[in-house]
Amino acid sequence: MTTVFGVPIQALFSQLLVGLINGSFYALLSLGLAIIFGLLNIINFCHGALYMLGALVAWLLLRFFDLGYWPALLIAPLVVGLFGMLIERTMLKRLQGLDPLFGLLLTFGLALVIQGVARNYFGVSGEPYDVPEQLTGGRNLGFMFLPNYRAWVVLVSVVLCGLTWFVAERTRMGAYLRAATENPVLVQAFGINVPRLITITYGLGVALAALAGVMAAPIYRVNPLMGADLIIVVFAVVVIGGMGSILGSIVTGFALGVIEGLTKVFYPEASNTVVFVIMAIVLLVKPAGLFGRTA
Amino acid sequence: MPELATAKAGPPPELATRPMLRVAALQAWYGESHILHGVDLEIRPGELVTLLGRNGAGKTTTLRSLMGMVPRREGSVVLEDQETIRLPPHRIARLGMAICPEERGIFASLTVEENLLLPPQLRSGGMDLQAVMELFPNLQERMSSQGTKLSGGEQQMLAIGRILRTGARLLLLDEPTEGLAPVIVQHIGATIHRLKAEGFTILLVEQNLKFASSIAERHYVMDRGRVVDEIPADRFQSSMPQLQTHLGV
Ligand SMILES: Nc1ncnc2c1ncn2[C@@H]1O[C@H](COP(=O)(O)OP(=O)(O)OP(=O)(O)O)[C@@H](O)[C@H]1O
Ligand SMILES: [Mg+2]
Repeated sequence: MTTVFGVPIQALFSQLLVGLINGSFYALLSLGLAIIFGLLNIINFCHGALYMLGALVAWLLLRFFDLGYWPALLIAPLVVGLFGMLIERTMLKRLQGLDPLFGLLLTFGLALVIQGVARNYFGVSGEPYDVPEQLTGGRNLGFMFLPNYRAWVVLVSVVLCGLTWFVAERTRMGAYLRAATENPVLVQAFGINVPRLITITYGLGVALAALAGVMAAPIYRVNPLMGADLIIVVFAVVVIGGMGSILGSIVTGFALGVIEGLTKVFYPEASNTVVFVIMAIVLLVKPAGLFGRTA
Repeated sequence: MPELATAKAGPPPELATRPMLRVAALQAWYGESHILHGVDLEIRPGELVTLLGRNGAGKTTTLRSLMGMVPRREGSVVLEDQETIRLPPHRIARLGMAICPEERGIFASLTVEENLLLPPQLRSGGMDLQAVMELFPNLQERMSSQGTKLSGGEQQMLAIGRILRTGARLLLLDEPTEGLAPVIVQHIGATIHRLKAEGFTILLVEQNLKFASSIAERHYVMDRGRVVDEIPADRFQSSMPQLQTHLGV
């Protein structure tokens, strides 16, 4: 058997894959957080709960409407995205211009409410959600076995991250977004409906989280607390990448997933803390984050 | 055809002198601080009017209030017969008013080209991109640079250039010559002349009295959040003493 530093190569690659899968979710969630933070100046603490809500909606669609994975992939982000816009319009909007701490507290409260309600109705044990039959099975790559569904998740995540980056950096809507992140009042004085731009952006960031939730359902089961643990790591990702940096959150998301996976192979004891150790080091060396602009 | 001849004679006189902008008893606040205490002014179509006043008199706040860019404002701001005091900034912009802000407001995360094209075309009658480039040829070769990498003068040109495409007919220019070298001040001055010749109506905030008197038809003088004097160009020299007390020169 081939080994690398005394580790069987199969184990190495399978942990790499686990790392990439986790990284896919880190990237999708931190991307939404970064955009929302940039434009709304709010640390969206309920992002994890909305990710969970995406998975939960998928499960409900299957259970009560007999709608499977593929329709859920569209409907759940739509429903949760609209719910997000409602949150923005009715609550977050009122916090504009206040200390970001208020936004953090409000969204933290919302996370507790959403998770609490879900827990009340669905318990904490979690519900299984099947891999869609088109994506069952896998292929043998010679050095490892690659389950189709996991390859799909990584692929979708990479494509979505690329697409979001493209929209933000290369389109007119993206130019509005970047400009409004810097100076919303001036952008509005140019005739752009900035309040609507903010609502849509929040909705899209939240929809991205919900989509990640649907994709996560077959891998991690549907559990009311599935977002609660994840979001802590994702916040570390955002801090490392640099608050508000889109590219930073994508690259950091994937990189940290992989680093976490590798740590599991070489020094399993540290695999749960490695992200936070990196965060501490980055904060000491480059407080604005790896990709952050220093003001 | 006699009917055609009368139709070409232009609008009746009362319409021609109808103000482009009529501001009455405009008040504005930043949080608890009451900054404008009742600003009154009027600008006719095609006029170039300056707003003079010492530091902190409220000139910038007046321009921002006209655009709706302050947290709270009261009074009346009528733009071409339309009351705008209750409208949000993006609706006001669509009525044909645009601002070139004091701090220039060039976006660091946008290229020069993106900065230039950011304000959408809201009405017909704006300049096309080519005409803007002819006005500011320096910008041409810097299109893909980061907006804030431009020199101060170039940033000012960019800040003016980007609002010319929108179709706005009333331009609010906040100290466009501030901190710039004399040659660039001249260029900006010539550009403002051109814009007036093109039919733009301009409200210009200016500290440089010489520059202001060389360019405008009328001057409003502000002090402590009010318009305290109105000086037509031909009275400018004779009004110098009273101007200087207001401006604290
Ligand atoms: N964002 C703000 N918050 C609170 N007060 C402000 C704000 N902006 C301006 N002010 C105050 O409002 C008053 C008028 O300021 P404004 O900038 O309108 O003056 P100005 O005439 O443009 O001065 P300058 O010639 O220095 O540009 C000043 O006392 C200033 O301190
Ligand atoms: Mg000023």
